[in-house]
Amino acid sequence: MTDVSATPAAAAASRSQGAGMKTALRWGLYLILGLFAIYYLMPLFVMLTTSLKSLEEIRTGDLVALPREVTFDAWAKAWSGACTGIQCEGVRPYFWNSVLIAVPGVLISTLLGAVNGYVIAQWRFKGANIIFALMLFGCFIPFQVVLLPMARLLGLMGIAGTIPGLVFVHVIYGLGFTTLFFRNYYVTIPQELVKAAKVDGAGFLRIFWSIFLPLSIPIIVVSVIWQFTQIWNDFLFGVSFSSAGTQPVTVALNNIVNSTTGVKEYNVDMAAAIIAALPTLLVYVVAGKYFIRGLTAGSVKG
Amino acid sequence: MAPILDIQHLYKNYGATEILKDINVSIEQGDFLVLVGPSGCGKSTLLNCIAGLEPITGGTLKIGGEDMTHVSPKDRDIAMVFQSYALYPTMSVAKNITFGMKVRGVDQATQERKLAEVARQLQIEPLLKRRPGQLSGGQRQRVAMGRALVRDPKLFLFDEPLSNLDAKLRVEMRTEIKSLHQRLGASMVYVTHDQIEAMTLATKIVVMKGGVIQQIGTPAEIYNKPANLFVADFMGSPAMNLIPAKARANGTGTKLEIAREGGAPIVLTDTRATNLPEDVILGLRPEDISEPGFRSGETVQEAQCQVEIVEPAGADTYVMTTLGGKQITARLHSETEAAPGAAHTFAFDLGKVSYFKPDTGERIL
Repeated sequence: MTDVSATPAAAAASRSQGAGMKTALRWGLYLILGLFAIYYLMPLFVMLTTSLKSLEEIRTGDLVALPREVTFDAWAKAWSGACTGIQCEGVRPYFWNSVLIAVPGVLISTLLGAVNGYVIAQWRFKGANIIFALMLFGCFIPFQVVLLPMARLLGLMGIAGTIPGLVFVHVIYGLGFTTLFFRNYYVTIPQELVKAAKVDGAGFLRIFWSIFLPLSIPIIVVSVIWQFTQIWNDFLFGVSFSSAGTQPVTVALNNIVNSTTGVKEYNVDMAAAIIAALPTLLVYVVAGKYFIRGLTAGSVKG
Repeated sequence: MAPILDIQHLYKNYGATEILKDINVSIEQGDFLVLVGPSGCGKSTLLNCIAGLEPITGGTLKIGGEDMTHVSPKDRDIAMVFQSYALYPTMSVAKNITFGMKVRGVDQATQERKLAEVARQLQIEPLLKRRPGQLSGGQRQRVAMGRALVRDPKLFLFDEPLSNLDAKLRVEMRTEIKSLHQRLGASMVYVTHDQIEAMTLATKIVVMKGGVIQQIGTPAEIYNKPANLFVADFMGSPAMNLIPAKARANGTGTKLEIAREGGAPIVLTDTRATNLPEDVILGLRPEDISEPGFRSGETVQEAQCQVEIVEPAGADTYVMTTLGGKQITARLHSETEAAPGAAHTFAFDLGKVSYFKPDTGERIL
């Protein structure tokens, strides 16, 4: 019997066998995915439960057990009472510092990246490729390398240890990435669009504002998520270029955890860590689906 | 009156590469100029130069009598339709059409009046609120035309506007563009690689190759008196038959001897041609090789040839045979009895024959 002349019954049998196999594979896949999910969620679970326990319960209880009695004392203390060195104001002031650094940092670097990408992709000029390559290279420069020159530069500019100084550093460091995002996005937009707008009488800024920016929502979301995560989570620049009152929340978190004397307040540490991580989490939850869409937008655009 | 478009000695280089060489063209108000040629011949670059989207390396360019050589596109009083339509994706059809006026600060009332006018003209009124992404290819094409029409410019530029449409729609839009041109009496420059588009639309054709103008003329001139072998081969479908022949003076006329595989040469006599060099290339359109009895006159002569391929095309049947080592196409009526492998008598009409030099490809007569 050749394979092409199989009887209908045999074909049906092999089909149902195939279907059974498929279901088994599917369940196996879900099992593995489930295990990975548990593995990744475990630390968050421990942090969350620990932050809701009292110190007494942490000392006597099990690490992975649910709290016997839920208390938000640790959260309150982490927010406004925990000590970072000699001050005991919690993470609140530092949280706002981070907001003041991240929001302008994200907006400015995204806007500049958009303009850069627009110029490099659509207004080809001599040396455009070299400039783009150099900016790309900027993405790969390790933070440590720029620390000393940047400190000197901030000093010369008179913004060392200030929040504008940190914004400046993050804008500079983020430009390579945002330019790359926007350039790669705009490169997929046909040049004829610019030509048509030129014939219509629009100039450089008008074309950017009326035609390119409205097209850019997906990539703006990508840039905002990326930059916000980078800036909010940054520790090295934050610890290097800040002074007593301008430290971002990541630095404060470190200070809370590392500068306690006596009993380690794990519940407060955990609560502070979650507070510090919440904004980035929130950004992902709100805009995550646009993030994926934006990253793949260039390749599937019709 | 000054020509509406006047290009003198235009050169265009990219670095060391010459893209356009010594282009001289001018058209009058109401002309429909078609730039035609194979890909890479520089026709689109020339159009971009006219639009001001590409700087010119040398020469001058005047629109409406004014020197526009270094003027930016927005001040040239032109409108352009692009191959990809280049509609603004985030704007509605209405906004797309009025964008140019908005940028130029035309007042709202005028914008709306002109929009309504153009929408009616192109029958796109029901589409005005839609986005380009929601339109079909043909509709996008109309909107792109609307965006140009609404400007009422001195000169319309079209960059292969029909090449993204399917065959049927392309023919419809072609007719529409032609009727638009007749109605508006506007001056247009139109780029295409499709020689049929060129023939049907143009009042004047520029055939280009390798950045050099090969011939400028009316469609009839280009078709009947191609300036060289390239133009002869490029314009017309099926292409002109280019048959190597030996010419011998014969009293008042010339005897043309065409070699034939496995048989005596065909000898045709052209009573009007004189002083031909010995080696010539004979250019005959497929319709000038037909069934005997359909044309008469002293220019028509008959000869028998072996039929190789028969291609019925509905109204006509194309029949291929080999003469002078070249495949020759004859255009016969649809009920022809020519059959592959059999001999058939063809009537050669030398009334519109062209002669070319085999070495340079130049037209002799």
